[in-house]
Amino acid sequence: MGGHGPSTDWGVDHASDYKAKLGVYMFLVYVVIYAGFILINVLTPKLMGVIIFAGLNLAIIYGFGLIVLAIVMGLIYNYFCTKKEDELNKEGAGK
Amino acid sequence: MIYTPSPLAIGIFAAFVLAVLGLSSFFAKKTTSAQGYYAAGGTIHWGVNGIAFAGDYLSAASFLGICGMIAFDGYDGFLYSIGYLAGWVVALFLVAEPLKRYGKYTFTDALNYKYNSKGIELAAGISTLIVSLCYLIPQMVGAGALVKPLLGLEHHWGVIIVGCIVIYIVATAGMTSTTYVQFIKGGLLIIFSTILSAAIFVNGINKKPYDNFRELQTISATLSAGKVSSIGSSDYTLAGEVDSGDKKYVKLQRDGIFTWWSTILVEGETQLKEALFITTTEDGRELYNGAPKEEQRFFQVGNASKIVVDGQEVDKTGSIGPFKFLSTIKQSEIIRFTKTLFIDGKDKVVLWYQTPTSGIDIMRPGLKFKVDEGATFLSKLNFVSLMLALFMGTSALPHVLIRYYTVPSSKDARKSTIVAISSIGFFYILTVFMGLGAMVTGVIDLQSSNMSAPLLAKYFGVVLFSCISAIAFATVLGTVSGLIVASSGAVAHDLLTNYFGVKLTDKGQVRAGKISAVCVGLFAIFLGIIFKGINVSFLVGLAFAVAAAANLPAILMMLFWKKTTAQGIISSIFVGIVASLGIILFSPSIYLDLYKTTATAPIPLDNPGIIAIPLSFITLVVVSLLTQKKGASSQ
Repeated sequence: MGGHGPSTDWGVDHASDYKAKLGVYMFLVYVVIYAGFILINVLTPKLMGVIIFAGLNLAIIYGFGLIVLAIVMGLIYNYFCTKKEDELNKEGAGK
Repeated sequence: MIYTPSPLAIGIFAAFVLAVLGLSSFFAKKTTSAQGYYAAGGTIHWGVNGIAFAGDYLSAASFLGICGMIAFDGYDGFLYSIGYLAGWVVALFLVAEPLKRYGKYTFTDALNYKYNSKGIELAAGISTLIVSLCYLIPQMVGAGALVKPLLGLEHHWGVIIVGCIVIYIVATAGMTSTTYVQFIKGGLLIIFSTILSAAIFVNGINKKPYDNFRELQTISATLSAGKVSSIGSSDYTLAGEVDSGDKKYVKLQRDGIFTWWSTILVEGETQLKEALFITTTEDGRELYNGAPKEEQRFFQVGNASKIVVDGQEVDKTGSIGPFKFLSTIKQSEIIRFTKTLFIDGKDKVVLWYQTPTSGIDIMRPGLKFKVDEGATFLSKLNFVSLMLALFMGTSALPHVLIRYYTVPSSKDARKSTIVAISSIGFFYILTVFMGLGAMVTGVIDLQSSNMSAPLLAKYFGVVLFSCISAIAFATVLGTVSGLIVASSGAVAHDLLTNYFGVKLTDKGQVRAGKISAVCVGLFAIFLGIIFKGINVSFLVGLAFAVAAAANLPAILMMLFWKKTTAQGIISSIFVGIVASLGIILFSPSIYLDLYKTTATAPIPLDNPGIIAIPLSFITLVVVSLLTQKKGASSQ
């Protein structure tokens, strides 16, 4: 058996290259910020205790920030992907 | 610790479990094809699938494990929240859509779509089975932790109940029921966690969290020639002492009951601080704080010893907002406990001594994962290793990956991932409040960090406690169902049908899946019993490391490196499994918590990610380069 088709057929996706490239770029941006969090902890851990605002330290702000950033980047990614899909797949269907 | 069940708690719990079973039976009637069993017919709405992702993901590890770890070790538990969520970024940006495009039922299909290789089917099938089993252990342990305070049953009964219900669910219905059950529970868990967090803010922080809160005693002592020679209390008499590590523990006797105390030096004066302990005697009897369990001398702990609000020391804060809650803890001092093991004559003593900890240390990494004072190269490596494994593990978990096959298109796969990230992210922010709330509310059972969140809910009333526990229990049910569907898919679809070429009809495939589900379920029950008491989030961290090492290099390189060959994929999967499991089985934590020995573990790393993941990547690259077809890429 081995190879077989996808679970549902939904036609050719002309936007897949664009989406893959955008995904890689956004992934790299997040990796840099996530790596920054790890590096601060390992190299200058005292910095994590520094108060940033409202009595909250860098550890809490950076930690909450990483979670919120993932959500925001997800929404941005979806916006651009959907836009490109609508644009290219409409053209593709017309050809 | 002994828990007395309330009829209301049992009623709510039973109603929940019956509702889950009813839902499963309803969908069971609709599942007759293999497509329906493994992938819910590919017809689930992305919004429902997104919350179901959350239901799958916010399992015992998140609600019980992370909250428990934060309650015991402060910010370090939150590192798991950060890592677990960051892992979804890999899933969304790199893996979700391509995997959906290339696969049908399982991620093995996607991995193998270019190569049509029997070896990949075998390797990926085995890897799915092993990762799912590793992930099943903490879920089963979590189930055991939940039924204890809820129904007053022992740990193993919780594991057996979950095992049986899940086997029933999976063996009758498959992915459709699992999805809807997870959708409802994921949603409810987030709603009730929000209510619990709000209750924490309204309640505020109090040095004496409740009226009959047991305050720990301190006795002065005199040392001569390094030994305790007298104590400043006529109620107790000296009965012995033990030096273990760099600390001295003193045994006192009162009314025929022995108690252990830790010693500390305060301004040149020696003080004895009351400790909690469990003694295992030579004949196997267990004494809790010096008496049999039934006498209930082992009590709940955890409170602020000093509360500072805006520079002023107070006894309680009254209602406070979320940010004020965090900044108050940061300025205050909390009584935490440190676990140690030592031998007293022929008795084995597990002891928890008081460790007053400043809020500054609680609100930043370092209590569990040493990155600052007392840090070594290895402790820092452990920290990096964990963060790496959590980041790369999510998108390599088979039960997460199969959820991409339940929606109709790649677009839906992407959208459901975003719904998942948003809801899971929101929940993870709440874990900080729930964990720290448990830390200062006198609800901690030192025997199991996993019970902290349910016990915190119990503090706010039996209704909230019953609802949260029932939801958490049902979430365990759903996650275990998902894992068993993934495992049975690996056995019946990848191994039996594809690798061994057993010809099965569509109905035969479903039957094979169900039989596999029963076998995996029984094995999971066994594992859930032997791993009792280990923090479930820690165990999930290990499962993530195995998943990340075994599956992720194969998935990413197959998608992004054209020279990847089937042999490269197969070798990286096997190297990833062996390296990660090997490191775990010889690690210090497993030596202490599973083998219960103080012997030095041969491998000093607790999380294998930092070694196993790169090793798996390197193996894939080297083997792929060595097995290139002449004049063409592997494609």
